[in-house]
Amino acid sequence: MQIKPILSALRRHKAGTILIALQIALTLAIVCNALFIVHERVDKVNRTTGLDETNLIAIGNDYVGAPETFAPLMKTDLQTLRSLPGVVDAYVTNAYPLRQGGWSTGVQTDPDSKKEGISTALYFGDDHALKTLGVRLIAGRNFNAGETQTVKREQQPGSPQIIVTKALADKVFPDGNALGKVVYLAKGKPSTIIGIVEKLTSPWIENNYVDGDYVVIMPVIFDSSFQNFLVRTQPGQEDAVFKAIPQALYAVNRMRVLPEKLGVRRFEDVRARAYEADRGMAILMSVVCGVLLAITAAGIVGLSSFWVGQRRKQIGVRRALGARRSDILSYFMTENFLIALVGVVVGVVLAVGLSQWMFTHFEMKRLSLTYVGIGVVALLALGQAAVFAPALRASRVSPVEATRSV
Amino acid sequence: MFGYYMELALRSLKRSRALTALMILAIALGIGACMTTLTVLHVLSGDPLPGRSASIFYPQMDPRDMKDYAPDQASPSQRFPRQLTWVDGMNLLHSRRADHQALMVGGQVAVQAAGQRMDPFLSSSRYTTADFFPMFGTPFRYGRGWTSAEDDSRSRVVVIGSDLNDKLFHGEDSTGRVIHVDGRDLRVIGVLEPWRPAPHFFDLNVGTYSGEEGVFIPLSTARDFLLARAGGIQCWGKGSGDESTLESSDCAWLQFWVELDRPEKVAAYRDFLSHYAAEQKAIGRFERPANTRMLDLMGWLDNEKVVPSDVRLQVWLALAFFLVCLINTVGLMLAKFMRRSGEVGVRRALGASRVSVFAQLLTEAGMVGLVGGIAGLLLSWMGLWLVRLQPVSYAKLAHLDLTMLCLTFVVAIGATAIAGVLPAWRACRVAPALQLKSQ
Repeated sequence: MQIKPILSALRRHKAGTILIALQIALTLAIVCNALFIVHERVDKVNRTTGLDETNLIAIGNDYVGAPETFAPLMKTDLQTLRSLPGVVDAYVTNAYPLRQGGWSTGVQTDPDSKKEGISTALYFGDDHALKTLGVRLIAGRNFNAGETQTVKREQQPGSPQIIVTKALADKVFPDGNALGKVVYLAKGKPSTIIGIVEKLTSPWIENNYVDGDYVVIMPVIFDSSFQNFLVRTQPGQEDAVFKAIPQALYAVNRMRVLPEKLGVRRFEDVRARAYEADRGMAILMSVVCGVLLAITAAGIVGLSSFWVGQRRKQIGVRRALGARRSDILSYFMTENFLIALVGVVVGVVLAVGLSQWMFTHFEMKRLSLTYVGIGVVALLALGQAAVFAPALRASRVSPVEATRSV
Repeated sequence: MFGYYMELALRSLKRSRALTALMILAIALGIGACMTTLTVLHVLSGDPLPGRSASIFYPQMDPRDMKDYAPDQASPSQRFPRQLTWVDGMNLLHSRRADHQALMVGGQVAVQAAGQRMDPFLSSSRYTTADFFPMFGTPFRYGRGWTSAEDDSRSRVVVIGSDLNDKLFHGEDSTGRVIHVDGRDLRVIGVLEPWRPAPHFFDLNVGTYSGEEGVFIPLSTARDFLLARAGGIQCWGKGSGDESTLESSDCAWLQFWVELDRPEKVAAYRDFLSHYAAEQKAIGRFERPANTRMLDLMGWLDNEKVVPSDVRLQVWLALAFFLVCLINTVGLMLAKFMRRSGEVGVRRALGASRVSVFAQLLTEAGMVGLVGGIAGLLLSWMGLWLVRLQPVSYAKLAHLDLTMLCLTFVVAIGATAIAGVLPAWRACRVAPALQLKSQ
């Protein structure tokens, strides 16, 4: 295929050529950045929590009234939940993964340190917590029933025993011998690490202040009106238990609120709610990419069709002079390929520039080159696919056209 | 003449329906995407108190100890705690140097109407002082707000929001009725009209676009009952965040707003603030060098970067998308106009001036823009409807207003006219002789 005649023909259609190339360049820049965002959000949404999330139900509960202590109410509720048919285990806590609200605190190894310590999420629980959550204990032991303390609202919790995640243990004790060591979460209250769990994430999905894998569990019942219960059910019993919970709880004590949106929830709903904004963004970006590619393809079809229509006579002449159909077809395909090539070269520069700009303005990661590569291939292929129909029409122009005037 | 151009344009647009449809679709999609995202941005970055916001200010100071003190390294947002301590808040409140001043914090309480069988439910609450209502101009449907005297006497009174009044009392005048708030009895003295400033500027801690508060209770009363507090708290030194001793602890957990209607008063208040901080340092309460700041309402929102970054990203994405759609339209229009070189040649040969050919082709482009704009408007209505279906907190605020409506049309027609300039210019410059000869 000869490139030269194509180039000289393009020189006569400068405006159209530049417009198509520019459109391809912009589309490439937007599409590969958008797909990169989609990829990041999908990664985020697919992060694991360390929990066994199936057959798990979370309950937000607010006791109404102002008794001296809420502890007996919690105890009764726990007994009620644990004795429901189909329930494996249950416990009461201040927060859990993906709840999007919880406590953070600082861990220190030196009791008199002036520094802030390592920020970590803080969960309360009892000896039933690990079993209910379904997290794996990889070293040490679980709490025992006698270790659970009731802590008043005005007290600062600092249990003598704590369980931590492996990530936090490795951070505080890089030598890897955290088990049995003493740390300080509250002034003057030493806590011994009695167990290490493999993985358990913080309540937040944005890890701006606290690393998402740093968690401390304390054997504490926190005496306040708002509580979260977690309930593990037997496989296949989740629906039945889910339906039975409100009735069972209200039967024990009517003076409570199970909030409309944050009351009784299956854990899959907790997860869906935590990530709904990210999922929405990923869907939006995908739709925009799709529409953008469709519009660019339609634009190429439109402009190529016009060029074919404009050049019918010349095509006829070439055919009359002995050019085969395939020659005409490949002429238009090559022409599009050349334009698209210029477009993607400019587009790669734009894409990298755009990614740099988003990096500074939106605190995003830099675009990975894989996405640029995918984008380049996709747009070249799109161009070829879009030009195929007009090119085919061009190749069907009969040599007789040469003899006709328009 | 214009009518004639319109007729020509219609005829030409009808001739190549697919191409016309494609142009209109591209414009409509671009406009729809832009207007949807811009409207969301417009709503989210809007003025929550139009006409009043310029005279509302947020005083801040730095009462922390010397631990981690690094003035050079601190980013502007770390230079001050976001809120005030009880002691400073009360000192500023009682000095009454501003036209209005209110100290406040948010919370969540269980609410039940006295003598009703309805189960208690949760409602967001605000514990504040008397000036809250006149300062922010909250509209009252029934009754009134409380007075400073009632603040001081820790009155068991409550002002309730319109939603709560509808729910508990079916929208009737409920002043004088009693409601249980976390098991305590409070007498309703006022009912608000629906009032939801967006952003929820006076307390961003409880949600930037948080909805209407259900109950408003005097701060002193709320502290008497130790009603549940919500929002951020920052402690240092011996501050423990212990709920029952918050008044005396080294923790910042209250928002304080003032109204100052004249620039002299603003300057005077700034002086007062720095004197106050210097005095506190002199008596040893503050350890760090005296440092104060007072931003106005919009400045505070800017400082807190209230608009979610995803929303800004979506606006840029939509603008880029619109640009591609426009380039696409320019290309298609160029093809369309150049195809009619013959026709243009004939018209030129018959005496039409270049200007009139240009005007006629631009009319055609403008018509595509108008139809594209109308379709785009429908699309943005649909887009905003989709946004409202989203479960995010600001979703319900996303409505097209008159400004955005007008902007849509100006942008649509303007953009397509600009898109039409290049193709029309190229087309009207064809040499008539050449075109006629080749026929």
